[in-house]
Amino acid sequence: MTTGGFSLGQPTPSVKATTIIAIAFEGGVVIGSDSRVSAGASVVNRVMNKLSPLHDKIYCALSGSAADAQTMAEIVNYQLDVHSIEVGEDPLVRSAATLVKNISYKYKEELSAHLIVAGWDRRAGGQVYVTLDGLLARQPFAIGGSGSSYIYGFVDAEYRQGMTKKDCQEFVVNALALAMNRDGSSGGVAYFVTIDKDGTDEKCILGNKLPTFFDE
Amino acid sequence: MDRPPNPQNTGVSTGTTILAVKFNGGVIIGSDSRASIGGSYVSNKMINKLIQVHDKIFCCIAGSLADAQAVTKMAKFQLSFHSIQMEAPPLVKAAASVLKELCYNNREELQAGFITAGWDRKRGPQVYTVSMGGMLISQPFTIGGSGSTFIYGYADAKFKPDMSREECLQFTTNALTLAIGRDNVSGGVVHMVVITEDGVEHVVVPGDKLPKFHDE
Repeated sequence: MTTGGFSLGQPTPSVKATTIIAIAFEGGVVIGSDSRVSAGASVVNRVMNKLSPLHDKIYCALSGSAADAQTMAEIVNYQLDVHSIEVGEDPLVRSAATLVKNISYKYKEELSAHLIVAGWDRRAGGQVYVTLDGLLARQPFAIGGSGSSYIYGFVDAEYRQGMTKKDCQEFVVNALALAMNRDGSSGGVAYFVTIDKDGTDEKCILGNKLPTFFDE
Repeated sequence: MDRPPNPQNTGVSTGTTILAVKFNGGVIIGSDSRASIGGSYVSNKMINKLIQVHDKIFCCIAGSLADAQAVTKMAKFQLSFHSIQMEAPPLVKAAASVLKELCYNNREELQAGFITAGWDRKRGPQVYTVSMGGMLISQPFTIGGSGSTFIYGYADAKFKPDMSREECLQFTTNALTLAIGRDNVSGGVVHMVVITEDGVEHVVVPGDKLPKFHDE
């Protein structure tokens, strides 16, 4: 007797099909994402918040395998809590990014997730770090996820040094809207979080309130 | 930053960036000038991908160069014969249709898509896309080639209908420059052809005169 020719495995939920972005300004950062989680052709969550807090003023944006990314964020959250108790003050953004990088690098073969880490600390102000594949690099802004391919040109053209907080929020929302329009795997609502010395401000923009462009 | 889409997965596309944009009174069709083999060897730094199929009708190719040359050669012949029969210059739509017939009827063997742009007395400036399978549609502007994925966001954000000639030249140059900046198989100079009722003008912007963006 022969067995059937197909496997019954379900595609696993992933946020690889996603758009995430983070940008630093003088005094803080803005970090944003879309809200779609897909498993193959099906959208399993259309309102997921991919911006995960690692500490009061440090957030990360998740992309890649949903389970891997969430687990990494939870582990680093725990490690940062322990670290901040040990040093007796708020952790540095670079420390958070280093913890994420350590996990990404050590379990490179097993994990498939990319986290962008962004936040504010007293020593270096607003910072954005990328941790793709286990490297650690600080950048003025960063984009990730499948939807990011479509907005490389836009962010290269629009980014300038010395942008204000409001400019950065507009930049993030416009970039997310453009990517969500073109990437079949990004969509839903746009979440963004603004972090500065005064605190953390979480906002959500519904699909129909996103900026529109010439063909809409 | 996440890895850009793997060219193997997105089908055979010439390492290239091409676009055509309608403005008030004409069209601009533009491309980069790099021909590469497999993305690791630049076989030609200054290839002209804008092919004149009739006095005021140009097309540029995405896909296999060999297929493209064979198809455009046939199309040129058919169009010149057609314009002799009609005793008038061919319509842009006629040129696009000729390409479409060839692409659709031979869709199993061919791997080439086309952008056709030009000016005719009946409908003025027009831009048509003939996709790889043989679909023909008219659009206000269109982008193609491997480098085009990076500028979808920029083009959506910055295109305005009824731009002036100068604005359109700036838009096209910026879009091609941004794509060249991110796509390793697009490069060289920016070739543009401006087609209006008055005639055809070829504009070349060498690499060192291209606009610079924030990280350069």
